[in-house]
Amino acid sequence: MYEKNGEKYYVVDAHVALWDGRESNLRNIHGKQFIDCFYDYHKNLSPEEVVWDYDTYTYYGGERLMKDLFDEGYVDHAIFQPAHLGDFYQNGFGQTEEAWALTQAHPDKLTYNHNFDPRNEQAGLDQLRRDAERFGLKGVKLYTAEWHGDSRGYKLTDPWTYKYLEACEELGVKNIHIHKGPTIIPLDRDAFDVADVDAVATDFQGLNFVVEHCGLPRLEDFCWIATQETNVHAGLAVAMPFIHTRPRYFAQIIGELLYWIGEDKIQFSSDYAIWTPKWLVEKFVDFQIPEDMTEYAPLTATAKKKILGLNAAKMYDLDVPADLRLPEAELADPGLEVAAGAKESVFS
Amino acid sequence: MSAVATPAASPSTRRRGAGTQHGASLANQVLEALATVMDPELDEPITGLGFVRSVALHPAGVTVHLRLPTSFCSPNFAYLMVSDAQDALRRVRGIGRVTVVLDDHHDSDKINAGIAADAGYLGTFGAEAEEGLDELRLIFQRKAHAAAMERCVMAALTAGSVRVEHLGRLTLGDLPAGRTKEALLRRRTDIGLGVAPGERVVVDEHGEGVPDEELPLRLRLATSVRISIEGNAHFCRGLLATRYAGGDASALTTEVTETTETITDTTSTASTTSTASTAPSVSHPRTARRPKLDPKD
Repeated sequence: MYEKNGEKYYVVDAHVALWDGRESNLRNIHGKQFIDCFYDYHKNLSPEEVVWDYDTYTYYGGERLMKDLFDEGYVDHAIFQPAHLGDFYQNGFGQTEEAWALTQAHPDKLTYNHNFDPRNEQAGLDQLRRDAERFGLKGVKLYTAEWHGDSRGYKLTDPWTYKYLEACEELGVKNIHIHKGPTIIPLDRDAFDVADVDAVATDFQGLNFVVEHCGLPRLEDFCWIATQETNVHAGLAVAMPFIHTRPRYFAQIIGELLYWIGEDKIQFSSDYAIWTPKWLVEKFVDFQIPEDMTEYAPLTATAKKKILGLNAAKMYDLDVPADLRLPEAELADPGLEVAAGAKESVFS
Repeated sequence: MSAVATPAASPSTRRRGAGTQHGASLANQVLEALATVMDPELDEPITGLGFVRSVALHPAGVTVHLRLPTSFCSPNFAYLMVSDAQDALRRVRGIGRVTVVLDDHHDSDKINAGIAADAGYLGTFGAEAEEGLDELRLIFQRKAHAAAMERCVMAALTAGSVRVEHLGRLTLGDLPAGRTKEALLRRRTDIGLGVAPGERVVVDEHGEGVPDEELPLRLRLATSVRISIEGNAHFCRGLLATRYAGGDASALTTEVTETTETITDTTSTASTTSTASTAPSVSHPRTARRPKLDPKD
């Protein structure tokens, strides 16, 4: 919980990881390239005083995670979104057993989402059923750019992915977090293409699709899809830290998202440990759309409360303390211009 | 910020330093050729983005090293930039053998081998490639056009030279001369649209006018496209500086070296160059190191 100027904010960090990118866990050069890429993201967009040293960054462990998220980071609840990356790391990148043990020790604070890879076909589908039972899965994290033997990516519209999503619907694994990395297959197409999200969102109305880093670097394609599909949501991983380095760009991202998809479908996350939540939460609560950006509506305290935690809490059925909920009156109508109103006029 | 198409360095900067007049002018031509190569995704020249790590002129030709913000930048775009750079350099008269190398990418080996062998896109990527990258390039040229169109329209609206309800009738001739307009004309040419003064400004990707009732939504989407492209360019610049210059974008430079003279060594072996003069594989060249060039100049 974060409190400022008499307003209280329930905070859900909807995308966190407990990874191991140490040398001892690398399978090949690509594992090193991957964690180095993450570290560059961290260094490039974090305030200088919260930049970690490289060794800490490659592995920080559960205790550090609890401190950064809950002791210092104002987070009430966090959701693990692990990437497997079995072709890059000996024991995978996301540490399943460690994260699961931590979740069991702190069930009020942590939710464990797992992952699947449709290229594992029937064996993977059987595993998904066992995982859903073992972890009590409410969601999964899919990294479509994952390498897998000779394959360097898959699409949500692949026949096997459909079988997995059908199983998710059946098993009540209703929140599908999609991380659009640079998918290599098919190489002819845009590596960040989000068109497959459009297709599965239409075909699986019972599932929520949370597109992480709100489709960046294809914000416009994502917005176009999300405005037409009621079950497509925006995760703010990667977008959040621009609030520090480039606040005007952040204002544009938030402004675009509010315009196209509205304040009920945007979820905060730090993408821990790429970034830490403390400074992101503080800056977000203080943030306002610059006055000269008249094309965007102001960011209200209600919108901030929804984005920081209430939207994800609703999706994950989290028990929000009564004093941190919104009054009934503020729940229904966002009162903001959204894409449906775009046809009226953007310039009026 | 706006996309700025600037060459790697100002001519005056490039002419400084050692080297023969011929070498200096060849270096200029090489940099100018590289400045015509665009990052298809960011709609900016690779020189301005800092993607040209080094240019080495030597008696046999030129070797250019390219670099990208991360190891995991999309390999199809990476390939396009390396391949376009090779094509642009080969058009420089008297340049000799052209070698373009992509550094520090997860597909560096594959791309470099394919480029060196002139294997083309399909030959470079084998089964992962299907037909070609023309369609991909076109998608991003259309995005670049939408963004350039939006900049012109917003500038006209801000200046008060056109009213919202008349936007559908705005023509290229109505736009004031300048970089914003030039950028639009270039991008129209890229996707096969006309550039005559009577052409309408607000058109779809096929050059068709947009009905009045669709104008606001069309422009709103174009705004999103522009924001997306500009934001990505900033992110890529920041990551490149973090990766190669300790986070200091101003320290991100293109190193230009020139081997001005070769001294034949008795141990010389077979020439590997495509030029008429022979160049020993083992030599003691005097390397003239030029001042580092700032890609943002």
